[in-house]
Amino acid sequence: MTAIHEIDYGTPAREGAQAVTLTIDGVPVTVPEGTSVMRAAITAGVGIPKLCATDSLEAFGSCRLCLVQIEGRRGFPASCTTPVEPGMKVTTQNQQIGKLRRGVMELYISDHPLDCLTCAANGDCELQDVAGEVGLREVRYGYEGANHLKAEKDTSNSYFTFDPSKCIVCSRCVRACEDIQGTFALTISGRGFDSVVSPGQLGTFMESECVSCGACVQACPTATLMENTVIEAGTPSHSVITTCGYCGVGCAFEAEMKGSEVVRMTPYKDGQANHGHSCVKGRFAWGYATHPDRITKPMIRHSISDPWREVSWEEAIGYAASEFKRIQAKYGRGAVGAISSSRCSNEETYLMQKLVRTAFGNNNIDTCARVCHSPTGYGLKQTLGESAGTQNFDSVRTADVIFVIGANPTDAHPVFASYMKRRIREGARLIVADPRRIDLVRSAHVEADYHLKLRPGTNVALLSSLAHVIVTEGLVQEAFVAERCDPASFEAWRAFVAKPENSPEAMEAVTGVSAADVRGAARLYATGGNAAIYYGLGVTEHSQGSTAVIGIANLAMATGNVGREGVGVNPLRGQNNVQGSCDMGSFPHELPGYRHVLDDTVRSSFESAWGISLDPEPGLRIPNMFAASIDGSFKGLYLEGEDIAQSDPNTQHVTAALTAMECIVVQDLFLNETAKFAHVFLPGSSFLEKNGTFTNAERRISRVRKVTEPPAGKEDWEITVMLANALGYPMHYDHPSEIMDEIARLTPTFTGVSYERIDELGSIQWPCNDASPEGTPTMHIDQFVRGKGRFLITEYVPTAEKVNRKYPLILTTGRILSQYNVGAQTRRTHNVDWHEEDRLEIHPHDAEERGIREGDWVGIVSRAGETTQRATITERVQPGVVYTTFHHPESGANVITTENSDWATNCPEYKVTAVQVMPVFRSSEWQNRFKQFTEEQLALLEQRITS
Amino acid sequence: MNSIEELIRMANQIGQFHQSFPDRAEGLNGTAMHIRRFWDPRMRRALLAHIDEAGGAGLDEIVLEAIRSYRQELFPPEQPVT
Repeated sequence: MTAIHEIDYGTPAREGAQAVTLTIDGVPVTVPEGTSVMRAAITAGVGIPKLCATDSLEAFGSCRLCLVQIEGRRGFPASCTTPVEPGMKVTTQNQQIGKLRRGVMELYISDHPLDCLTCAANGDCELQDVAGEVGLREVRYGYEGANHLKAEKDTSNSYFTFDPSKCIVCSRCVRACEDIQGTFALTISGRGFDSVVSPGQLGTFMESECVSCGACVQACPTATLMENTVIEAGTPSHSVITTCGYCGVGCAFEAEMKGSEVVRMTPYKDGQANHGHSCVKGRFAWGYATHPDRITKPMIRHSISDPWREVSWEEAIGYAASEFKRIQAKYGRGAVGAISSSRCSNEETYLMQKLVRTAFGNNNIDTCARVCHSPTGYGLKQTLGESAGTQNFDSVRTADVIFVIGANPTDAHPVFASYMKRRIREGARLIVADPRRIDLVRSAHVEADYHLKLRPGTNVALLSSLAHVIVTEGLVQEAFVAERCDPASFEAWRAFVAKPENSPEAMEAVTGVSAADVRGAARLYATGGNAAIYYGLGVTEHSQGSTAVIGIANLAMATGNVGREGVGVNPLRGQNNVQGSCDMGSFPHELPGYRHVLDDTVRSSFESAWGISLDPEPGLRIPNMFAASIDGSFKGLYLEGEDIAQSDPNTQHVTAALTAMECIVVQDLFLNETAKFAHVFLPGSSFLEKNGTFTNAERRISRVRKVTEPPAGKEDWEITVMLANALGYPMHYDHPSEIMDEIARLTPTFTGVSYERIDELGSIQWPCNDASPEGTPTMHIDQFVRGKGRFLITEYVPTAEKVNRKYPLILTTGRILSQYNVGAQTRRTHNVDWHEEDRLEIHPHDAEERGIREGDWVGIVSRAGETTQRATITERVQPGVVYTTFHHPESGANVITTENSDWATNCPEYKVTAVQVMPVFRSSEWQNRFKQFTEEQLALLEQRITS
Repeated sequence: MNSIEELIRMANQIGQFHQSFPDRAEGLNGTAMHIRRFWDPRMRRALLAHIDEAGGAGLDEIVLEAIRSYRQELFPPEQPVT
């Protein structure tokens, strides 16, 4: 339920082409064919009591409250399960119907506690509402008979409570878990009176398969499933629609409030990315915003061995500016730079790059997409002509073949994964290419037709062998290629992939995937109807990350799977605003809209708008900044929202670079790992505390709306404006909408974007301009953005990171559902209940060989460093491969990863590190140093001099 | 700045991608222009110095040839950046 009542039409909308007109209580109403009588009635403004029906779920017809009379029909059909027919005459209310409904309601209430005044759902309860609607005045059966009133509560989940005494067994929770989320964790156990909602086999929610998406809680019409925050604080009184600050799905939420306090985050039914669904992070893990670790005063210090000193905003900004100026005067204009984050809004990242290009006078701006999806930007620009995915999320609903490569959507993009699973349940075929057995390979009612369990680092070999089959077996869509693609590049590519050395048989020794499976998967992809590719960091974070993205685009073009719904090339962006931060010119070689700084015309348009000459040379990328710091030519860094000391590879190299700098300014919520090396701390604002926009993985620009004041008093964009002014470059904006207006003036793909327009449309997928005034859900429809699609040859080049006797295993890294990136937010919520530490997954064979048992501490040693974690023994990973996550700093996952990187973009090769794993009894030396340094820094924070 | 070993490794990686282009001239241009468009001038100057002073030891043939062929475009007049 939601406190902020939206109309619930009882059953989902239908999109039938035929309109049907009927009469309900004498009121004529016209609705699409297939619509239920209930929905038609509610559309006509005629309410019908209901309990088991809600418009996010298909009709179930169990509660018997929505019964109506239909002229010419016998009995009292349920309006939720009865489709409309032309000329139908429906009566929703008369004495007979009223009596029947009261009788049903009496039965419900005879087994329901009468504690409405102290119930958490008081005023927010459909059962209470319907009792009123039907005019229930007595319960003739008494409460002495058998009942469920003393059923025990399940409080195992930190975010919600299951109180079975209040359950009316409407099955909405069970159906939400099945139909919306696709997890099938809940069931109705028992029969008749003994029927109860049961997580798993009569266990608790925490013991079950439940992923805490909250769909059941939202679907529950009573207080049976209720958010603990509402139990504690009471029902909210008002709400603000905003956009989630976690992954690249970009779910819309209603932030439900009491005063200025958030009580509940409810996924917004009209959210165009999420359609009313959410995951455990977005719905529940927002408590970090009020965590006591938040730093709420600006702080400075001259050396990282000094205690912090709380100062005014003016002093902090003035000190930071004076330090950057001093460094530039001493070491040169190029000795300072900035790194923004995909956690920042479009407006914030735009201002960051503007500050660097104007106030710093160089192009040393980079963003965390450097270490995740920069190969996507490069590869798709080279082939299709635009650095973005081709589809919207809804496109998967018409996909016949879904090819997931190097992505784990159920963990990293859970709401989109629920769409994907629904489509698979409807019959779409599934190919998964992943070294691990991710959940999509086999879970409830989902099974991949092919799991191409390749060796880490061999994506390009696999993609070329898939292409080989398509080319040599005559599966190319010749007409599409002839019309839409560059013929010379296609012919060169065709000749290349047709070579015998690219055949699945030849590549089997490289990839470890059987030739028969590759052939089968290629045939399915090429001939199975609409085929859509979804990929993630398992593609990009390799030494050939860009080549693999190109290989994916090649496959899609060759099979004609671009330019319409149901197909396409879809990068699943990790963080909320990866797409947006890249769009905003956050790379050192590009101005907003992916236009190169070398382009005189583009540069002059910005020079004219910004009133300053711009550096025409590309600046330093993040790894180049580290290298330049260590060699002494890069001395000052401004970071917003990015924790490079935890997230970037080879931690010891990163911290050496940070230590060598003279001024590090960190703008963030917490004293994160990077901030422990900082000289200025500027307290930032969470997504709940500021205005702006995020752009999700489908190019959808959505509004972020301030629901509460930032505790330090400034939204992040205001801080960047202050710093630019202090550096001597004047910036003035009264509201982030003015920043977006400037972006729109200077960026052709954003010409039609404004806050007003986003508010009108709900959200906008760029390009949005005169040619597409309402945005562009599907790209490249008539022609590719670059004109003709360009094929590029993708020769497999093995990574330089080799296994040998000393380092015989390959480590690959990833994420899990409950934690987000470096964990700075989710570690400060109850999400730690699901993941309190990073663990190393190791195959039973490799574990046994090394004498490792479940839960043992193991040392993980690579050429870059050494750390320890506890082992999880699992067949999810294949022999020879180990896997871990990087959500907890002390686990040191990135102490082990190396500086190997993608040839085109320097995106780190997080996915392939040669390691040895052995049982240990003590922490690694790095972990000991980390612990000591952390204690020192926390003590310096504790000792801070307050103003 | 990246060590010369790192720059050599990165340049060779770029060369390896373009090595397979059937049109050698396109591969050379691609290699040179990638370095031109994505490397900070300090990195490009360090690579050029390595070629001038150490004969480009460690660089693959395609990289050496690309840089020699496109030297003027790769290394515009000194910019007052540092």
